[in-house]
Amino acid sequence: MSTGAPPETARPEAAGRPAAARRRARRPGGRPLLYTSYAQDMALLDTRAKKIWFYGIVLAALLASQVLVDDMLSLLAMAYVVAIGAIGLNIVTGYAGQVSLGHAFFLAIGAYTGAAISGDPDGRVLGLGVTSILVWLPAAGLAAALAGVIVAPLATRLRGLYLAIVTLGLVFLGEHIFKEWDQLTGGPGVGRPAAVVELFGLRLDRPGPLGSKEQQLYLLMLVLLVVFAVAARNLARSRIGRGFAAIRDRDIAAEVIGVPLTRYKLLAFAISSFYAGCAGALLYTVTGFFDPGSFNLLMSVQFIAMVLIGGVATISGSIAGALFITLLPRLTRELPALVPVISADTTQTPNVFQVETVLYGLLIVLFLVFEPRGLFGVWIRVRNYWKSWPFSY
Amino acid sequence: MKALLESLIRGLGNGSVYALLALGFVIVYKATRVISFAQPSFMIGGAVAVSYLAEVTGFYLAMVLAALLVAAVALGIERVAIRPMVGRPVFVVAIITLGIDVVVRVVVNGFIGLDVRQVGDPWGLSLVEIGGLAVQQRWLAMLAAAALLVGLLFAFFRYTRYGLAMRAAALDQETALAQGVSVGTVFALSWAFAGGLAAIAGTFVGTGQGVDQLTWIIALKALPAIIVGGLDSLGGAVAGGLIVGVVESLVQSYQSDLAPWLGQNFAIVTPYVVMLLVLLVRPYGLFGTREVERV
Repeated sequence: MSTGAPPETARPEAAGRPAAARRRARRPGGRPLLYTSYAQDMALLDTRAKKIWFYGIVLAALLASQVLVDDMLSLLAMAYVVAIGAIGLNIVTGYAGQVSLGHAFFLAIGAYTGAAISGDPDGRVLGLGVTSILVWLPAAGLAAALAGVIVAPLATRLRGLYLAIVTLGLVFLGEHIFKEWDQLTGGPGVGRPAAVVELFGLRLDRPGPLGSKEQQLYLLMLVLLVVFAVAARNLARSRIGRGFAAIRDRDIAAEVIGVPLTRYKLLAFAISSFYAGCAGALLYTVTGFFDPGSFNLLMSVQFIAMVLIGGVATISGSIAGALFITLLPRLTRELPALVPVISADTTQTPNVFQVETVLYGLLIVLFLVFEPRGLFGVWIRVRNYWKSWPFSY
Repeated sequence: MKALLESLIRGLGNGSVYALLALGFVIVYKATRVISFAQPSFMIGGAVAVSYLAEVTGFYLAMVLAALLVAAVALGIERVAIRPMVGRPVFVVAIITLGIDVVVRVVVNGFIGLDVRQVGDPWGLSLVEIGGLAVQQRWLAMLAAAALLVGLLFAFFRYTRYGLAMRAAALDQETALAQGVSVGTVFALSWAFAGGLAAIAGTFVGTGQGVDQLTWIIALKALPAIIVGGLDSLGGAVAGGLIVGVVESLVQSYQSDLAPWLGQNFAIVTPYVVMLLVLLVRPYGLFGTREVERV
């Protein structure tokens, strides 16, 4: 991408210029890859195509809230929240290269913090009654980030698969704690109400000025996803993001060139857990209720699947992967109509749930074997094909 | 005292099953540097195969056949999904095994159905009196089987041609290749061993209470065992398995009296607690070799 960019040192006056002047450094028409300033080279949307796609997709997603049926909207809202969690996992696993199978644990911490802060103080389960999302969402994120910071010292001592197994142990320990602590979680099989979504005195989980309950939640999740995704993208191109990449590629080499290993691994876990915590707190606001049994190994594996199917170390890939995995059950539910062998009844033997689980597994294997860059890689291939069309090289 | 000894024997019995599973993990790890998360599916697959075969051939023959069957399946999976990934990052291969596990388990669950399947073992829950202790026969059977298999395995690695090849490949793949060892065969053998061991372990897990769709979780307790013992140590795997089994059994016996605040069924998660404690002290397990770090 940066082929046409002159090195910054060649134009020392560019750095000192005010922002308004820098913005005027336009690239000549018909030369989309020629950068004439450092700011252009580092821009998040560095080509016109990216700009068009980004604003186009956001606009389409906004319009979708008016077009789609409520049922579909709540599914998409869920997918957006899951995407926030997937971005979180991608930060620690994709960018910083620390394999974590414990993502479900951090989601659980966020979910229970959010639900406890906003819960009914007189209810059956613990609740503080502070319903403003501006309070409980950051609190949920911070609580999970704190847990991440506590876990991180292990990560600085362990590498690779040792770390994967330890984080897997974390999921089991968390599951036990949440099942036993029924004052907070309601206990297994019973569950508790999720966080109450209230913004500036407006309850978003009831029909309001922005439309039905589903439309409001959809819009909220969309806005939050954009905020979180842009923030993550911004992080990835910063000094910290480059530090993460260096650690992923070779941690000792990174230390040698001056990346403080301990602090950066800690930071990676903290940020990733923050994302997970926020996603956890939001995840069940759509359905309204959740059970301590849901934060199990399968959830962690699903998040890993999203990151791998979407594309390791890409934000757009995380979102694509999250949408894909969340919408997959909806697609498989249509299967019995098409393939009569597959039954919609859970007691029959090839049933939709089995097909769905097999698909998770198979997709992980197939993507890793044939397209390691995931959906993002597929997109790159398609893009390059049309870019060089009609030449195939 | 009597209760303590009984609890210890139960722990050793369960621990020897964990040890068999852990050996499978370690054998694959030593050959390919990958932790195979597919072990739970092989374990449950073996148990289910026995539950079907035992009606026809009797329990013991069924166990051998199931071990061979699962070993063959593992061999096939290695060839199709793992071999093409040689040279790719270990994390990627580990995640592939996770995917394989999910797929195989769904298929096996189809054979289990919604009920508990009995493996048709001759022991059931019946007890035997040894020196005043009431001990379940199956714990003793597990211990005996594990001792026999571990002995055979160590003899295999020590005295046979292929055992030597596997040790050589574990030490240094390229040098082994240069000496004429077929590393591909070593990979295949290691997966077959892991599958067979897991199948036998699964059969023993199924003795007494049978297998259902949730039994696979037991296989994951071998992960703390290998971490405690050290990822690349066969002896460590056995020791780790036994340690995890004994600690779990003791906690199961005494935790409800001594520390009720830990909650019911705390024993299920004790392997992970043990693992965390050991890792805080020794990041490479009790018997594992410390990784030499080079840029």
